[in-house]
Amino acid sequence: MGSRENILQAVRAKQLPDKPAPSLEQNWIRYEDRRAQFAAALQSVGGRCEFVAGGAAAAAKLAEHPAWSAAEKIVSLVPDVVAGNCDLATVDDPHKLEDVDFAILRGSIAVAENGAVWVTDQGLKHRAVYFIAQHLVLVVPAGAIVDNMAQAYEKLQFAGPGYGAFLSGPSKTADIEQSLVIGAHGPRSMTVFLIEAI
Amino acid sequence: MSRNGHSATVANVGHPALAEAFTLDRPRARWHDETLWFVRSKRDKAAWTLPEWELLRETASAIKAHTMSRLAEYLEQFERQAQKLGVTVHWAKDAAEHNEIVLGILQRRGAKKLVKSKSMLTEECHLNPYLERHGIEVVDTDLGERIVQLAGEPPSHIVLPAIHKKKEDVGEIFHEHLGTPAGASDPLFLAEAARQHLRDKFMQADAALTGVNFAIAETGGIVICTNEGNADLGVSLPKVHIACMGIEKLIPRAADLSVFLRLLARSATGQPITTYSSHFHGPMPGAEMHIVLVDNGRTEILGSDEFRRSLNCIRCGACMNTCPVYRRSGGHSYESTVPGPIGSILAPSRDAKLHGSLPFACSLCGSCTDVCPVKIDIHHQLLTWRKEINHRGLLSLSKRVGMKLMSRLFSSPRIYAASGWLARKIVPRLPRFMLYNRMNAWGKRRELPEFPRESFREQFARRKNGKGGHGK
Ligand code: SF4
Repeated sequence: MGSRENILQAVRAKQLPDKPAPSLEQNWIRYEDRRAQFAAALQSVGGRCEFVAGGAAAAAKLAEHPAWSAAEKIVSLVPDVVAGNCDLATVDDPHKLEDVDFAILRGSIAVAENGAVWVTDQGLKHRAVYFIAQHLVLVVPAGAIVDNMAQAYEKLQFAGPGYGAFLSGPSKTADIEQSLVIGAHGPRSMTVFLIEAI
Repeated sequence: MSRNGHSATVANVGHPALAEAFTLDRPRARWHDETLWFVRSKRDKAAWTLPEWELLRETASAIKAHTMSRLAEYLEQFERQAQKLGVTVHWAKDAAEHNEIVLGILQRRGAKKLVKSKSMLTEECHLNPYLERHGIEVVDTDLGERIVQLAGEPPSHIVLPAIHKKKEDVGEIFHEHLGTPAGASDPLFLAEAARQHLRDKFMQADAALTGVNFAIAETGGIVICTNEGNADLGVSLPKVHIACMGIEKLIPRAADLSVFLRLLARSATGQPITTYSSHFHGPMPGAEMHIVLVDNGRTEILGSDEFRRSLNCIRCGACMNTCPVYRRSGGHSYESTVPGPIGSILAPSRDAKLHGSLPFACSLCGSCTDVCPVKIDIHHQLLTWRKEINHRGLLSLSKRVGMKLMSRLFSSPRIYAASGWLARKIVPRLPRFMLYNRMNAWGKRRELPEFPRESFREQFARRKNGKGGHGK
């Protein structure tokens, strides 16, 4: 008998009384001003949130980013905001993205309670770009803010292969004496544009 | 390099002796205590932002209880769904089989360099030294884990692996191994040096190994939570991703994550959510993904009515941060992969003889139970373990004799009253050497309180007789 059968048999050996799964539909927290809550939550984890009317306004804000003027290699999947100069489709190996300065990508849901944005690898050849870029910019429709994680999962589907993540702020560590350092392995900054029209 | 100081290879000298060694450096021990308490306070603040905190804990606990009641079904469902997504699923009954499976995958692919993100399971299985013996370079990429790996130590905390190190220690380790200037100890500078060093490792890796925070039966996906992004960066570059998990990591539905992800980071560090909460469903296009499901003693715990709930742990570390004993004795004093209150339940389940001192490293204050996001009755289980250890005859001699005397004393009201009277009369007059000596562990760095002149019973009798006091 292999380990699979061994383990399953050992698990089954103890007949436990069936305990029903609890309901997830509860009166979870809601916010009067979801936008303000999202912006505050994101800021508290080291990210930056900007509310903008459209692509041009976002581009103008992006130009204010302290690292923008020095950026050389830019990946953008949101041409309405800015055109990139590195087309992922033509990159055969994600290791070649090592020197990407900025990645401007789309997020589909923003969560007010924790400042997280849901992103996926749909239509994205190399998911590495989320983590390997020095600076990350996510563009999210302003209407896509939900109050809490329960609402977020109601919108998510996991049919078939793929990658998806809640990203909340830039990469960080506090592993040296609990001193917070932004930019552990991944992006050193994270900006979220909540955009009205796109 | 391999790590030393592990419980599996070194004779266990018990918690009290190691805790004593830790407390000798008083400023450092105090710093450790205060830092963890600070993390605990951040957890409180984060919990208080949600009016539904207690409901979340209830719900999480109920989801876990439900999952355990049908674990076999959920494991099978998870395997089916993961396979549909193109994942190769492996089963390992123990640490040795787990290690062989991982090595086998690496050897088949000709992989020589492995980057790892945090995984307590692989610590438990002592995977690193095993792989290194077989010529694999293993790099822990979580900064805290990298620090202790370079230092040749195991982590001392499950969320904050290098919490026992001061920045000067880290500076020295990096000076020796990464070539940073001697004396450099600024955390910003050191973290940047580690970033550059580990980027190289990420770029060169042939394969990546991760732990698993949650595995979703319904979808076959796994979820990994980090702040550094090291798991994500690690697995998105090479063509092989190996994810190792204990069988207790299962949850039934993706939507259950809405409960666990709200609890995990708030309980761990006081953040509203980890920076990266990544859902992996199947391998990247053109790559392969392996999931290793490991038992290694878990089914045995599952079979125990007393200790089954200890499997519900989501490894947030909150019980460690709040524990007065852990904070003052340090993680290494437990000689167990998972230290602190929950580790003191899990370790004796593995080997009661080796880890028999751990359930006694506890004041039964119950703070762990209060903060546990999945409502494990930690301190009750610790008490149960004490009885069990006594029952199995594994108690140390001094504890056995002491307990016998205590039970005599408490079961006879007359002896109890008489010895109280004697103590009040005699102890205050005894010379110091008779009170503070080797026989009295409680007298180490602790002064006796002043003894009252009368016992409660004496006071009560006097007041009932109307002789003074504040009575009518
Ligand atoms: S026992 Fe509870 S508090 Fe302790 S690490 Fe596990 S989940 Fe967290």
